[in-house]
Parts: sequence; structure tokens; C-alpha cells
Amino acid sequence: MDAKKTPLYEEHVKLGGNVVDYAGWFLPVQYEGLVPEHEAVRNAVGLFDVSHMGEITIKGKDALAFVDYLMTNDITTIVDNQVIYTFMCHPTGGVVDDLLVYRYDGEFFYLVVNAANIDKDHKWILDNKGDFDVRIENISDSVGEVAIQGPLAEKVLQKLTDYDLSQIKFFHLKRDVEVAGVNCMVSRTGYTGEDGFEVYSDNEGIVKVWNAILEAGKDEGIKPTGLGCRDTLRFEASLPLYGHEMDDEITPLEAGFKYFVKLDKKSDFIGKDVLNKMWSEGLKRKLAGIELLDRGIAREGYEVYKDGEKIGHVTTGYKSPTLDKVIGNALIKTEFTELGTEVDVKIRNKFAKAKVISKKFLKK
Amino acid sequence: MKVAKGLFYTKDHEWVKVDGDVVVIGISDYAQHHLGDIVYVELPDVDDEFEKGEDFAAVESVKAASDVYMPVGGKVVAINEELMDDPALLNTDAFENWLIKAEMADKAELEELMNDEDYEKFLAEEE
Repeated sequence: MDAKKTPLYEEHVKLGGNVVDYAGWFLPVQYEGLVPEHEAVRNAVGLFDVSHMGEITIKGKDALAFVDYLMTNDITTIVDNQVIYTFMCHPTGGVVDDLLVYRYDGEFFYLVVNAANIDKDHKWILDNKGDFDVRIENISDSVGEVAIQGPLAEKVLQKLTDYDLSQIKFFHLKRDVEVAGVNCMVSRTGYTGEDGFEVYSDNEGIVKVWNAILEAGKDEGIKPTGLGCRDTLRFEASLPLYGHEMDDEITPLEAGFKYFVKLDKKSDFIGKDVLNKMWSEGLKRKLAGIELLDRGIAREGYEVYKDGEKIGHVTTGYKSPTLDKVIGNALIKTEFTELGTEVDVKIRNKFAKAKVISKKFLKK
Repeated sequence: MKVAKGLFYTKDHEWVKVDGDVVVIGISDYAQHHLGDIVYVELPDVDDEFEKGEDFAAVESVKAASDVYMPVGGKVVAINEELMDDPALLNTDAFENWLIKAEMADKAELEELMNDEDYEKFLAEEE
């Protein structure tokens, strides 16, 4: 099957983006280069096309109860126009997907899911509907989305709208905001560890929004930014990526995200029993941060050893552009996850020494 | 993308310069361009022996690691240590900044490589 084009495909080509097939979508890995784009987001502002992300709406009388049943986080704690990060788990505790839940109101929730999981999630939600009185709709194909990220994001986006963006607090949203003359939903969210907004509109409108933001941000040094730096930015900020830090087999507890799993939530949720049992018995493996002491770069999939015994694998690893150090996440046996523990990473046919460090790589 | 004249090339984008029994080996401008910002280079030790097609080095960008394969079999006689301290030199000039020098085991293996004209045609098909 051919990869799909986002509404911004032609813009990426015009901008000289190095377009590849990512999760079934033609998207740019980089335009000018990963490192300058990464630095633009950390120090100024960058603009990502994230139209590949999926959107599923859940409406109806039981919408709140149903979403709360699907999710590990406590959805009853958020109010209208608030956003919450959560996992959606299998009964085994493995992760179906990690996602953002936008609450428009108690009977209207808007889920933003990973591109690679759209069909799986949609089916999962339908399969678990049971007797809940809800209407479920996958509207992914009719929604375009861009993410404007970086310390100057608000300054740039504010030029294009009369709505006072400072009114949108972190992890909150505002519907019907006119941006560059286009009706948008705007949330103060992102995947880079920087301040910024995610802007949603229809497919036609998003092209206008994209070009208007690039134009408005010229003085601030805005750059179009690709998937390459999206991954290094999110990794430095300790944000997990589905399929790496967690997946159908890796639980959110093992990935170190217990904060988003409310084991003491009053209502039942899918995976609750197993996750509770797993937590009370103690985790066998856990995600740890590592820093390489020897030369080399620990890459995703590389095996990790202790005294010749294999204890796990690297889930993400980079030479961090911001920290200029070789760091990674590794899913390893719990007994070796104490800070300062020395482990060995097998890089091709050699072993490189590494030590366990805090996963909070970026100190802000 | 530059293609230097008078060198031999592989389909994996290594270049080879012949100097008697010794070959100088590097990666092409096309390779460095596609890797992006190179942040790490791993080189073999002098005296290591490799067969044709075997991976002898790795060049890594922020994004990914790429193995570099021996265009011809042989024994390593020199490595470019400068690259270990400043990997970005490969982005600056991939033809000037070689990876290793090796003593060829079998000169006949050179015949299986592309010359610069063939390589240019090959690149045109790759794009």
C-alpha cells in the first residue's frame, strides 16, 4: 500500500523536505538538517506537520464513563476544555496506545492518537463499547494538525489571532479560535519539552495556517521542523514514543509512567487488575536512563548486558544535540536500574560501558 | 552531489582510490549527504583484516548508524584518527577525509567496482 499524503505534502516538497514513508505517511525527516531544526525549537520556534496523527471522537450520554473505562488515567479529574495524557491498555497491561484526551464537555471527548495505531485504536474502542451509550467516530482523514513549538511559539502564533493565547494554560484547549482566518481548535500541548501549541483545522485550512505561521515567524527565526528532530526533542524531554518505550507487550508501569496509571481509581478500567497485581508483586523490568562512558552510540534495539548476562535492550538512543552526550533509554531487569549502576551495551560486536542515570535528561 | 573523478565506487557508496597495492577507502558525497550531520565514526584497528563486503567501520548521524563495507578485501594499514575527534569532517568533504588505508589481498576484486561514470549513472537511478 502506498503511503498517504498529508494536506501539507506539497509544502514539504516546496521547502526541500527529505520526505520518507513514516507510519504509512509521506512526511519530512528534515528540511535544513536535524541539528539546526532541533536547536530552533529549543531556542526559538519550529513548526511541525503532525496531520498524520489520528483523531477519534466519543460523544453521548455515557462518554465520560466510557472514556474513563478505556483509560488508565483518571478522566473524571479534568474539566471542560482541559487535556489529559493517558494510556489505553490491554487486559494484560500492555499498551494499546498512548494518547491525549481532550474534554470538550462531559458528553464530547476528542482523542488524539498515534498515526500508526489509528485503525487498531478505533477497532479497540468499538470492540469495548459494550452497553455504553456512546457514538464513536474516526475523523482522522478530515483533520489537519500542526504543532508550533519553542519558547517563541506564543509570540508568533499571537500575530495571527485576536484571541489572547495567554488564556490557554498548559494542557488546556480553546475551540473556534480564528487563526489566519481559519477556524481552529488550539491546545497548549506538544511533544518537545518546550512551550507551544497544537493547532487543528480541516485539511484545506491547515495549509493556510501552516504558511501563515512560517511567514509570521520570520523575524523570530522560525524553521519548518521534521520528524528527525521531533524524535530527539521528545527523547531529551523524557517523553515516550509508542513502539519504543512501550508497546502491546511493555506496560506503562515498566516504562516508568505510573503517574498516568491511577491504580486507585474508583471505577474499573481495562488492565486495572493485572497492573495492580504487577505493581504489588514488584516489576521485573523497568525503563532506565543510560549514559555511555565509552565511545559509541547506543541505538534502539541494542542489547544491554551485566557481567556477561543479557539484561535488556535499548529503546531509544542518541547523541543528544542539546546535551552533547550519548544517552539512551533501556528496558532492563529492575535489579540493575539503580542510579550509577554500570552496564554494558553491545554495539555491533563490541561492548561499551554505560551507567544508569536519571531519565530526566533535560534539566529545565 | 559531487562524484570525484578517477576513483572506484561501490553500490553502498564507498569510494576507493588505488595507490599501488594500497587502497584508500572513504564514503561518497552522496552517502554523507543522506546521512546528515555525522556525529560519530567508528574505525577498525590497524592490522585488522577484512574480506570484501565485510563491515569494517560505522558512520553515525544523529538519526542512524550506517555500516561501511570493504570494497575489496585486505589488511588495514592506516586509519584516519582525525575523524574520531571531528566526525563532521565527512560532511565538509567526504572525498578529502578518508576512513582507512588497506593493503589489497586480491587486486582482481577492483574489477567488480564502478568507475566514476558508472557511479554517476547509478546515482541517477537511485534518485
